Amino acid sequence: MRALVALRTRGARATATLLSVAAGALALSACGTASGTTITLYNGQHVQTTDALVTAFEKAHPGIHVAVRSDSENTLDAQIVQEGARSPADVFFAENSPALEYLQGRGLLAPLPSSLLAATPARYNSPSGRWVGVTARVSLMVYDPATVSRSRLPSSILQLAEPRYAGLLGLAPSETDFQPIVTAVLRSVGRARTLAWLEGLKRNAAGHLYSSNEALTLAVNRGAVGLAVIDQYYWYRLRASLGAGSMHSTLAPFAPRDPGYVIDVSGAGVLASSHHRAAAEALVRFLVSRTGQEIIARSDSFEYPLASGVVTVQPETPFGALRPDPISVAQLGTGSTAVALLREAQLL
Amino acid sequence: MSVEVVPRPVGAAHPPRDRRRRARRPVTLLVASALVVLALAGPLAFLVVQASGVGWGPIAHLLFRSLTTSLLWNTVRLDVVVTALCAVLGTLSAYLVERTDLPGRRVFGALLVIPFAIPDFVVGFGWTSIAPSVAGYWGAVLVMTLAVYPLVYLPVAAALRGADPGLEEVARSLGLGRLARFWRVTVGQARRAILGGCLLVTLVILAEYGAFEILGYQTFTTEIFSEYSVGFDLSAASALSLVLVGLSLVALIGQNLVRERHGARVARGAARRHTPQRLGRVTGPALLGVVALVVAALGVPVGATLYWISSGSPSGLTGESLVGAGLTTAAYAAGAGVLATLMALPIALLAVRHPTRLRSALSQSTLLILAVPGVVVALALSSFTEQHLGGLGYQSAPLLVLAYALMFFPLALVGVRASVAQAPRSLEEVAGSLGLGRSRVFARVTLPLVAPGLAAAFCLVFLSVVTELTATLILIPTGAQTLATQFWAYQQNLAYGQAAPFALVMMAVAAVPAYLLGRFFDRLPTQRASRPDPRVLP
Repeated sequence: MRALVALRTRGARATATLLSVAAGALALSACGTASGTTITLYNGQHVQTTDALVTAFEKAHPGIHVAVRSDSENTLDAQIVQEGARSPADVFFAENSPALEYLQGRGLLAPLPSSLLAATPARYNSPSGRWVGVTARVSLMVYDPATVSRSRLPSSILQLAEPRYAGLLGLAPSETDFQPIVTAVLRSVGRARTLAWLEGLKRNAAGHLYSSNEALTLAVNRGAVGLAVIDQYYWYRLRASLGAGSMHSTLAPFAPRDPGYVIDVSGAGVLASSHHRAAAEALVRFLVSRTGQEIIARSDSFEYPLASGVVTVQPETPFGALRPDPISVAQLGTGSTAVALLREAQLL
Repeated sequence: MSVEVVPRPVGAAHPPRDRRRRARRPVTLLVASALVVLALAGPLAFLVVQASGVGWGPIAHLLFRSLTTSLLWNTVRLDVVVTALCAVLGTLSAYLVERTDLPGRRVFGALLVIPFAIPDFVVGFGWTSIAPSVAGYWGAVLVMTLAVYPLVYLPVAAALRGADPGLEEVARSLGLGRLARFWRVTVGQARRAILGGCLLVTLVILAEYGAFEILGYQTFTTEIFSEYSVGFDLSAASALSLVLVGLSLVALIGQNLVRERHGARVARGAARRHTPQRLGRVTGPALLGVVALVVAALGVPVGATLYWISSGSPSGLTGESLVGAGLTTAAYAAGAGVLATLMALPIALLAVRHPTRLRSALSQSTLLILAVPGVVVALALSSFTEQHLGGLGYQSAPLLVLAYALMFFPLALVGVRASVAQAPRSLEEVAGSLGLGRSRVFARVTLPLVAPGLAAAFCLVFLSVVTELTATLILIPTGAQTLATQFWAYQQNLAYGQAAPFALVMMAVAAVPAYLLGRFFDRLPTQRASRPDPRVLP
């Protein structure tokens, strides 16, 4: 199956290259009568997911070329703000909703047509209609059964601050995936208890702070860390890379509606400063189209498709069977309070 | 022969001869040097402006908290231990290769240099992927030592090769044992080179990011990166960077104090071929040690990379072309190599040929930029183009090349300065007395003499650019990819099978300059029989 997908995408890429070469030759011979548009995508999503989507989009829209700039979503956020009205970006594809809410709060995103927004259930879209939800992940525990038996696992993320997890916990506090969890905890127990909880986490994770979720997942898998909270797809990706035989770790969900059980929405929006609004909208529309969503559903990105009724074909808990904290994207906000709390707890 | 070519030790009193020379001010050199120093000072000025923008209160709040203390402790204890280990490993292996009858020492001479071409984060990746327990403090010590010891090995090997063997012969005839000779003669002769190499190691570790990310070890630089990427907080990142600059200043001053306390030998004697010392009974252990070092520093990363290429399951995600990324990387690296070398030339000429206390201090202070994290240099340049040039050059290849040239300028200076110090001034003086004008003396005498140093500088910068990541991510033209960004994108996604080919090409692209560099440092002192000078450092 995987090999098949590889073949298909490789084939698609080759076709796209051929097509673009042909289009270029045509354009030359026609002395510029056929004009193509180049749009710039600032990509905070994982490079491979975006590559596959962009390749398919360019194939479907031969007149539009997409230049991709990949970096961490917050770095791109900061760049877009710095660039202001001069920003070369036409579309921003973020891994988490707070990065989009941040730009929206600064008036840097253009409103999207309601026909485009309608592809995704409204609760996964921008409350003000300026970005659309494309994929989702869910946070849960990854643990090493050799270190932490299943019966010792907590049912709530709040318990991870208890002394019994000292030395067992690993954290990646600077990852943007962690901020929605902090925001969810904040909403359910208030500021003072959230801060105390973060301080407990910091004590328990002393010596096990990682800069990325990937490194954290790997650390659990090799037994350096007993348990950690991650988005589910990191574990599946590691399995795809190492092979099932090398997986020494297991996933476990928190109790239903626990603040550690959070849906992270990845979305895309068009920049208000874009000079290629139509082409940019076409790209965003493609991301939430059936074609685009099916690429996500089948790819090794292991994210949940959110739009056009497509569901993942990967063997993970179906999206509909998840029982997450009902926190909304509006309540997740820009994550600035979460960052302030993380800083106060000196995790940042 | 050529008695007068020995450059005075930095900071020594000026003999009258120099005062006479200063009367003819080298105007072109001064102007060119001033421009270079100005460009290098730019990112530092940016730090001060950014940090002071928010006022002292928030910065004090940020700096005087327990997290800062623990980061400081993490950074300093790593830096000190790795520097010490590099000094020991670099000196010992250089001694074995250059001064003894170690079997296969020519081959080892080449193999010991190549790890310099392996990105630190690939060494980290190699070790963690085969030995999961390599992590945290000791993991960082291991990986960084293996990744940067060539910075000591290269200059020390050069110094030992060119040093006067007479001292050692005298010591032996006076009945000094092997250990005493090594400590009192060999180390003594290479002291300057060891100190200089150690300074580079110290500075490079201050700015390291990628390897620590992989190893899960927090330092000032990793924290600066998170401050920038999480909180969009430029002023916080700038304030933290200033602490790094402070640390590197301490290292710089410390190195100077140690160097000056010991003074410098005036007469250097003549360079001759050394009679290799017999290792005798210690041949076995010595050979084992060198082999172990080569395996750990070269074998493990290369082996892990090959392993992942052969066994990594191909996943259904597409990849950017290796060739394209390789060509882009080589083009940027070559551009930066040329620019940095050109920038280093006037500074080196000025500091060696027309030294004053101020010029030497300025030349030395340019080293500071080595400790400024790439992300900070990149931000300084991008915000400068955005705020003052109306976006001109923003996310363009020339700006990226300029950033590289600034970041790795100190390495270029090391190479150029070594050659300038090596080239006998008497030849220029003769050419001058025969009626050649200044510019023609420069073109026909000085340039050919320092050419190997220019090539070395180019190679040092080229190697560093090939592996650069954090500045590249910010400044690279949209749509372009380098080997490092591609490796990182895949490695970050745990797609080792796809990341590995990029690491392999990176090593292949870097191996040629690394080899040439090894040859340069090999030839350096013997190339002119007149006077070997191990002073390869500003």
